[in-house]
Amino acid sequence: MPNGETGAALESFAAEVGSDGPVAVVGGRTHWEVGGPCPDDTRLVRAPSGVRSFDPADMTIRVGAGTLVEELDAVLAEAGQRANLPIVPEATVGGVLVVGRDDVHALGRGRLRDVLLEAVYVAEDGRLVKVGGPTVKNVSGFDLCRLLVGSLGTLGLVGEVILRTWPRPAVQQWLSGPCDPAVLRRELYWPSSILWDGQTSWVHLEGHESDVESEAELARSLGCNPTDGPPSLPAHRVPTAALEAGRLFDSYLVQFGTGSAYVHEPFPLPEPDPAVVALHRRLKAEFDPRGRLNPGRDPLAAL
Amino acid sequence: MLPTDRIRSASLERSLLGRDASIFEGGRAGPVCFPVSTEEVQGCVDAARRHNRAVVPRGAGTGLAGGAVPLEEPLVVVTTKMNRLLSVDADRRMAWVQPGMINLDLSRATAPYGLHFAPDPSSQQVCSLGGNVGTNAGGPHCLAHGVTSAHVLAVEVVLTSGEAVVLGESDGWAPGLDLRGAYVGSEGMMGITTAIAVRLTPDPPAVQTLLLAFDSVDSAAQTVSAVIADGIVPAAIEMMDNNIIRAVEEFVGAGFPTDAAAVVIVEVDGLPGGVAAEADRVAELALGLGGSVRRAADDNERALLWKGRKSAFGAIARIKPNYYLHDTVVPRTRLAEVMKQVYEIVEEHELQVMNVFHAGDGNLHPMLLFDRREPGIMPRVHAAGAAIIEASLAVGGVLSGEHGIGMEKRDFMPLMFSEADLDAQARLRRAFDPEEMANPGKVLPTGASCADVNALDKVPEGVWG
Repeated sequence: MPNGETGAALESFAAEVGSDGPVAVVGGRTHWEVGGPCPDDTRLVRAPSGVRSFDPADMTIRVGAGTLVEELDAVLAEAGQRANLPIVPEATVGGVLVVGRDDVHALGRGRLRDVLLEAVYVAEDGRLVKVGGPTVKNVSGFDLCRLLVGSLGTLGLVGEVILRTWPRPAVQQWLSGPCDPAVLRRELYWPSSILWDGQTSWVHLEGHESDVESEAELARSLGCNPTDGPPSLPAHRVPTAALEAGRLFDSYLVQFGTGSAYVHEPFPLPEPDPAVVALHRRLKAEFDPRGRLNPGRDPLAAL
Repeated sequence: MLPTDRIRSASLERSLLGRDASIFEGGRAGPVCFPVSTEEVQGCVDAARRHNRAVVPRGAGTGLAGGAVPLEEPLVVVTTKMNRLLSVDADRRMAWVQPGMINLDLSRATAPYGLHFAPDPSSQQVCSLGGNVGTNAGGPHCLAHGVTSAHVLAVEVVLTSGEAVVLGESDGWAPGLDLRGAYVGSEGMMGITTAIAVRLTPDPPAVQTLLLAFDSVDSAAQTVSAVIADGIVPAAIEMMDNNIIRAVEEFVGAGFPTDAAAVVIVEVDGLPGGVAAEADRVAELALGLGGSVRRAADDNERALLWKGRKSAFGAIARIKPNYYLHDTVVPRTRLAEVMKQVYEIVEEHELQVMNVFHAGDGNLHPMLLFDRREPGIMPRVHAAGAAIIEASLAVGGVLSGEHGIGMEKRDFMPLMFSEADLDAQARLRRAFDPEEMANPGKVLPTGASCADVNALDKVPEGVWG
């Protein structure tokens, strides 16, 4: 770690993780079962928490991975900003990043995978590793940040992150109705969310007051009416490609623009391409040859 | 494999492909292949493997960091003949393209649907989309919408094992690790891109472009920070200093005030209400910091302002025969301070500098002007470049914002990353390419390189930026 950036909190997190034995990071346990069960003999550690630095004019924030997303959101809200993370009560920043599910507004606000600018993680040998960089734009070396999002902590245990932030919208509104989501997507300029359960669409609009009004008027003409918000997302995530392949689900909620749908029951997926599976195995072998980091978790089964 | 007319081994061609648009000379290609399909790329990789050669993918050769410079006569796979638009799905706002397609050709092809590809590097008239994926390219309009990675849904890649694999999902998500994200920006070191699923962005219903002029670089930089701090993320914020303003005015006559110390072009786009409010607020902030404001009255005036910005690199050829374009990023709040240091560094090394850059994301592009015939000039050019990199890192900046590391900044990587950090990057690369057969010698610092750092010859117009 150059520039003396390593804080004492990170050093002690690395010491706690150590270099031996199975170990997993526990956050808010809101998605603890995703990707498979964690064996009982796994040592549990917590990532450092708290806001390390935040200059609103840079629109980036550095926080411990154990910080609650609600706490992060409250700090950002005071400056009129937000981050593109799902605001799940009790969940931690590191937790939602490694679980990898997009916020419900990802269609318009951007994907979770693009929010992470820099991360410091503890590698399987106990060393601290920095990936990415603190600025909003950076192509210095390979883009390991993208690989950590959705990794379930199987490549490294994330201790601290720098996230990109955005202005909070002035006005926002949900509408819903029995309209075709593809038509909504075509007709509206920049909806921040479109959800669809096979019969009803929910659409979220945000931005300048007069723009939200005119877009809401357009949505009304297509059969949508103002509503408090969408139903909560069912527990299990499925790629929309699986829905299109003709799988039958009793009920589902498609989240447009994220390739994801949510269903109530877990289900078996078609086998992934063997070449994709082989790349996963080689990555695991390079980053965690002894299989000590978050044992039992499989990102390919992270549904 | 390939018909013989698409395999070149004449000495002249191999030597022509020995460089890209960077300052690196002395690379030398082995056999040069021009495949037209994924299967032919697989054939190329198999041939390289049989003959125990490295394999280097190459698009239009417009890279600025030496990423496509072939070292030790590798087999070079040029993707320029794989330049077709494979399919467009306007409802899903995506398209599949071949890697050799030119960036601007994609936006032209999707214009009838009211859609475009957001990343717009200054070289967009000549650079290939495969190259954009390789470098995770940026451009003026990446401020609000993000760089290439945010606009790539999936890539089909031929690995050095010869296997073709799709990383990511054209719908937006495939279960598992984000292999797509790890691959974008890998500078040809993890495989060869053979098809790309790109995200298309709807054309904005309203656009306003403002030209802000200032009597000091400092106030210009402060205005950029003030706009961001005010909670506005414009589509683009570009800054040009007086040296480049004068060069551009002489060259194209874009109507920039030649007595201004700096101008800032701000473009806001979206729905009309937000666009009007943000343009007003930007103007107010600029006036408050001593600037003057001109709003483009129509599309013609707007096009002229952008022509001025994008002609910058053609204009400077009239001043000095050679130039070296740098690319670092600093936190947006430190812009004014680092700009000042850049001028001091250049003065200390008795060089000329022009600045034209993506100020909104803090992405500096100091351009050092020189005449390589002048004895002893190159060590000064490189010393100034190194000092600019160090000044950027010292305030919490990074080595490169959009050009990549390639050979240019490979040996600077230890300034930003520890041994453990670099080891992690090497592991990622080995997972994709266990024998380190794809584009060896780039990005990760190793031993000495074979190519010589030398002065720049003339490169095609529109390449720089």
